[in-house]
Amino acid sequence: MCLAIPARVVELPGADRAIIELSGVRKEVSVALVDDVVVGDYVIVHVGYAIGKLDQDEAATTLSLFAEMAATHDGDLPLTPPLA
Amino acid sequence: MSRYARPVDFKHGKVDLTHGSGGRAMAQLIDELFVRHFDNPILDSMNDGACFALPAGAGRMVMATDGHVVSPLFFPGGDIGCLSVHGTVNDVAMAGGRPLYLSAGFILEEGFPLADLKRIVVSMADAAREAGVPIVTGDTKVVEQGKVDGVFITTTGVGVVPDGIELGPDRIRPGDCILLSGCIGDHGVAILSKRENLSFETEIQSDTAALHTLTAAMLDAVPSIRALRDPTRGGLSAVLNEFAGQSGCGIAIREKDIPIRGEVAAACELLGLDPLHVANEGKLVAVCPPEDAERLLAVMRAHPLAAGAAIIGTAIVDPQHFVQMETVFGGRRMVDWLTGEQLPRIC
Amino acid sequence: MKYIDEFRDGELARGIAATIAAEVQPARRYRLMEFCGGHTHAISRYGLLDLLPPAVRMIHGPGCPVCVLPIGRIDSAIELAREHGVILCTYADTLRVPASGGLSLTRAKAQGADIRMVYSCDDALRIAQENPAREVVFFAIGFETTTPPTAAIIRQAAALDVPNFSVFCNHVLTPAAMVHIMESEGDPDAVALDGFVGPAHVSTVIGSQPYEAFAAHYHRPVVISGFEPLDVMQSILMLVRQINAGRAEVENQFTRAVSREGNRKAQALVAEIFELREAFDWRGLGEVPRSALQIRPAFARFDAERRYGIGYRQVADPKACECAAILRGHKHPADCKVFGTVCTPDHPIGACMVSSEGACAAYYTYGRFNVVVKEAGVA
Repeated sequence: MCLAIPARVVELPGADRAIIELSGVRKEVSVALVDDVVVGDYVIVHVGYAIGKLDQDEAATTLSLFAEMAATHDGDLPLTPPLA
Repeated sequence: MSRYARPVDFKHGKVDLTHGSGGRAMAQLIDELFVRHFDNPILDSMNDGACFALPAGAGRMVMATDGHVVSPLFFPGGDIGCLSVHGTVNDVAMAGGRPLYLSAGFILEEGFPLADLKRIVVSMADAAREAGVPIVTGDTKVVEQGKVDGVFITTTGVGVVPDGIELGPDRIRPGDCILLSGCIGDHGVAILSKRENLSFETEIQSDTAALHTLTAAMLDAVPSIRALRDPTRGGLSAVLNEFAGQSGCGIAIREKDIPIRGEVAAACELLGLDPLHVANEGKLVAVCPPEDAERLLAVMRAHPLAAGAAIIGTAIVDPQHFVQMETVFGGRRMVDWLTGEQLPRIC
Repeated sequence: MKYIDEFRDGELARGIAATIAAEVQPARRYRLMEFCGGHTHAISRYGLLDLLPPAVRMIHGPGCPVCVLPIGRIDSAIELAREHGVILCTYADTLRVPASGGLSLTRAKAQGADIRMVYSCDDALRIAQENPAREVVFFAIGFETTTPPTAAIIRQAAALDVPNFSVFCNHVLTPAAMVHIMESEGDPDAVALDGFVGPAHVSTVIGSQPYEAFAAHYHRPVVISGFEPLDVMQSILMLVRQINAGRAEVENQFTRAVSREGNRKAQALVAEIFELREAFDWRGLGEVPRSALQIRPAFARFDAERRYGIGYRQVADPKACECAAILRGHKHPADCKVFGTVCTPDHPIGACMVSSEGACAAYYTYGRFNVVVKEAGVA
């Protein structure tokens, strides 16, 4: 697999470079693999490279789908058995 | 005034082999740096060993030693100097001891800037003064370039454990509560943020601190505490696994109750690290009987170094001595020791 | 963390789990392979198995580039550092992978080889520029996710004309390995699979399209899934629904980061720098045709294999290991005699124990509790 994290672009300091921010952590990465990155975009960061953009509308759709899939059965399943 | 023709050049000078050779240069460095800043009557007497009386009715003695090889030497929230004081003070404190005195052994690399050495020594002196634990004896060696990484510091601490205090993981019983004094991972993330190749920016500072006033307050209020330990290298998971292994119990914790800063969680996500494995230098884990847990929590929260304390789990019956965690997601998983070295993962 | 924390909501997960439980049909089996180590990791780390009904069985696939790297390739990397005296730069994941003769990159480093951990391949090129008198080799591993950065750095090295930099390429391809798993179905060691949880970030780069022929040809549903635990739960539900309906399509759960086409820019760069290898040896799977990449002749001067005349020597996996059966889903990690005894994450013997993403390592680190509980018959 491939450990990659969505993070927000907060600055574009130079050719193919971006500063990304994730909950107060900022790091410079390469955006050489992605076209037309602008400040405010969310990019997927892997080994110091943005490998794609995150589609914020699609993320919202997926989240609303979770709620829908879960809605009809809310509370039907017992919680994990207690630990002790 | 000075016994030496010229003062040590703490602005531009470098450590050289003469500073550890036993000659005049070494004596001058000791005088103008260590004795001057550590500044206490026992050290001033300039004997090879420190001689001191024990407090009346002192109970048992405790002694602890710790080598410090941190890289980088200076990091957000501290440096190797204050770290070397806090680390050993905490080792004495975790045994239930009141720390009395410290010793310090320096191994210096030829060519190390004297300005940096002075900065480290001043930081140590400040930390020792603030903790009320003087550095009463020491040693300096200089080795050729490349044999150490700038400076290594070993400190040893002695203290006294009051009668009636018996701490040890073997005293942990099923049902006991596990308490944590605050946010995890701050020190490790502060260090990683300054490592070459990884560098990222955060506001996170090392949590390095001397915890003996906290442990004293805790033990005063709740003498029934079973065990104390500070989760340094290997993080919280190492301490919990030590406790489980040494007590013969299992341990069950709840992820949602473990305090962690957003930035620390984010840095761990970026680097593929488990925050339970990340080092701390100013936190402790305490175990106490369940009936005393709320009272102990209140005492901890009243202390500035444990304002964020939380009860994070309990000791359980488990012949496997595993540490397990209820995840924020609602599932369960093991919490294992760190494997190998803590390094960023790509996958 | 935006776009991370929302996808770890346990309440929602329990709701989806209830839906899955309600929709599984008693007469059917749902043996689902999550190809990627990322999914294996999420399943173990968040305890997802606790939420799934018994009818759904998750089988861990070979999708961890560290686990599948064969011994012979690690041997070559060590040879580069020791015999050729290069500075070998590598991602930290590869450092503990066992090589021949009880070695690993970590042990070779302890014996004096100049092996340096990098976070990004950019750091390897920088090290080459800072050490003009030394040869620097980047030990490149990874699936389609990690390949484009390597391509970018080779192109940059060419543009900057850095003479002392080269890449030891070990990039492997996901669809080829999935095909290989299905092709081995007749094998007694293979388990019948009913569907695939498809790669997340690999698909960000290659898109969902490359799996379409696979799904149609083998008549198995594939759901491209994000690596967060809710993503995995939703994907499992989508697979259950396809299986119930007798469908075998490629569906995309990870729409926020995967399109049908993928990242064209990254694909073009990869195609410019790399070409298909005839065959590549995978630890645990053996030789898999057209399953890896090599550097094109036009960039031969940056190809460490040509530069140092590295030949591949196949080294057999340790006999005691059940890796091949585990990677194909036929056996559970706990079925392996050496699991947790001789073979642990601190002293890995087999492929599946090497990286934290491997099936055995994930079980050992996060799920051993469940294994033991199952064995002991404790509730």
